[in-house]
Amino acid sequence: MITKLAWRNIWFKPLNTILSIILLTSSVAIITVLVLLEKQFEEKFTNNIDGVDLVLGAQGSPLQLILSSVYQVDAPTGNISYDSAKVWMQHPFVKKAIPLAFGDNYRGYKILGTTSDYLQKYEAKITQGKIFKNNFEVVIGAEIAQKLNLKLGDEFFGSHGDAAEGEVHDQYAYKIVGIAEQTGKVVDNLILCTIPSVWQMHGGHEEANPAHGEEGHVHEEGEEHHSEEFTLDKKGMDITAVLLQIRNPMAKLTWQRLIPQNTKMQAASPALEVNRLISLFGVGINGLRYLAYGIMLISGISIFIALFNTLKERKDEFALLRVNGAKRLQLLKLIMIESLLLCTVGFIFGTILGRVALIFISNSSEEDFKLSFNPYEFIWEKEGILFLLTISVGIIAALIPAIKAYNLNISKTLANA
Amino acid sequence: MIISAENITFSYNKEQSFILPNLYCSAGSTILITGDSGKGKTTYLHILAGLLKPTTGKILIDGIDIVSLKEKANDKFRGQNIGLVFQKSHFISALTVLENLEMASWLANGNKNTARAKKLLVELDIEKQAHKLPSQLSIGQQQRVSIARALMNEPKVLLADEPTSSLDDKNAEKVIELLTSLSKEYKAALIIVTHDSRIKEKFINQLTLV
Repeated sequence: MITKLAWRNIWFKPLNTILSIILLTSSVAIITVLVLLEKQFEEKFTNNIDGVDLVLGAQGSPLQLILSSVYQVDAPTGNISYDSAKVWMQHPFVKKAIPLAFGDNYRGYKILGTTSDYLQKYEAKITQGKIFKNNFEVVIGAEIAQKLNLKLGDEFFGSHGDAAEGEVHDQYAYKIVGIAEQTGKVVDNLILCTIPSVWQMHGGHEEANPAHGEEGHVHEEGEEHHSEEFTLDKKGMDITAVLLQIRNPMAKLTWQRLIPQNTKMQAASPALEVNRLISLFGVGINGLRYLAYGIMLISGISIFIALFNTLKERKDEFALLRVNGAKRLQLLKLIMIESLLLCTVGFIFGTILGRVALIFISNSSEEDFKLSFNPYEFIWEKEGILFLLTISVGIIAALIPAIKAYNLNISKTLANA
Repeated sequence: MIISAENITFSYNKEQSFILPNLYCSAGSTILITGDSGKGKTTYLHILAGLLKPTTGKILIDGIDIVSLKEKANDKFRGQNIGLVFQKSHFISALTVLENLEMASWLANGNKNTARAKKLLVELDIEKQAHKLPSQLSIGQQQRVSIARALMNEPKVLLADEPTSSLDDKNAEKVIELLTSLSKEYKAALIIVTHDSRIKEKFINQLTLV
């Protein structure tokens, strides 16, 4: 009955109530989005670097190297000579080395030349078909298969570089021989083939001009090397990067200095760069978080003002309730419940709104970065704390009005009415 | 005697203190408390209702001394045994007329008693307003709802504080008639505080505060 009265009371002044709920909803929504984004973002970033201790690539920004070769979100730093990379790949300290060669894209999805180790690293099993073996055979990630509706046996032409509008390489068609399972990692959005496929696709450019043929190299029809089948043993070829798993922990540190000093390459640590990146994001995330707490504070004040203002008008009501036999404590309870109802409604709306927002964020980041978030995940611990926080805002806001109602002098209130 | 008050004194502060006359009233009968403003009429009524504690004295309602009751017991006793009607009607504005009556019953004994609420509304000829908000009613209707609420828990004592002062002659007469007839019907002692001459001429039992 008290709860019913509280519910009726909060809807008796709908504008006050709606204002308080809107404020609460927005602060809870922002915090929910942040909590989910931060966790899933970190998860995605750290999942992908499992088993990669160092990345070998062309000199330049180490962060760019990591982003391009591990997360496939940035342009590569440049090419490195496969022959000089091999020196390090075959070093006894190295447990596993996965070479990567970027070539083309198909409708915006990167075509990546690599070895079968790459699939193993991401624990991506082939669910349909088989692994690529010959040149121009490709395995596609689960999401591509789904989004572009591709099947085994389909053939397509790639476009040069990483822009979907690039020059179309129509000399050779790629053929889908396998589809990998869903892993939630970058491999879902990649098209994988052998490294020699990439070399052969770019044919003569590569030999004459390692940096992806900026100076025009005129093809002549029927040129001999077109029919030639490229293999991994071919000399003088370039690749983009190598993912290294290192046996010796010391080498992880020393190679980061050693390699750039002695070669034209660099070795970047994904863990280090990702931490740098996350702490960079952290500044923005913290800023947003303070904003959300600020809004929550304002919503607390708004509830307080609403309760406090109506207290004056409702003095008579409270006196009446007391006359009818209500205890002091029941009045205290009434005001507390009103405030808590507002907070609970605000929290529920906020949790839902936050997830709706995350669906939109996920859709746009999926389009731009092939990075999606799961809005249906519940992080009980953090969202539980958020709930408790919301509730305490409600309790604190209601405290003074509730105590005033508790201490109400009925006789005086009625006599002055 | 259903209610008796003896040797009541009360003071808000050193300058303002009241020595109030003894009062005895039996079930079904009516006593008028009159007097000029500032003589403590409303104060006396609040003391009788247990809303104020007198400095000295004893108030027996149905054999129980309410002055000696603790606050919680006092609240409960008031809810169950005393009905109050005020000069200006107070309602819980977010609840309908019917729900206001149910609330009075629920606070006193934890039971909504919808049947009794409806019966009272019929008796007071306001059953059509049962699902309206109190603010949508005319003043005369509101005062009748107050009476219904005061009678919800079959009180032993019905206390009315200037119940007619904001009403026109017709409504005032109706309210007085209802109060007297219903208090007789429900065997409650009726104590009315008033300075309204329209009432004074109707009752013999008058206690004038000086």
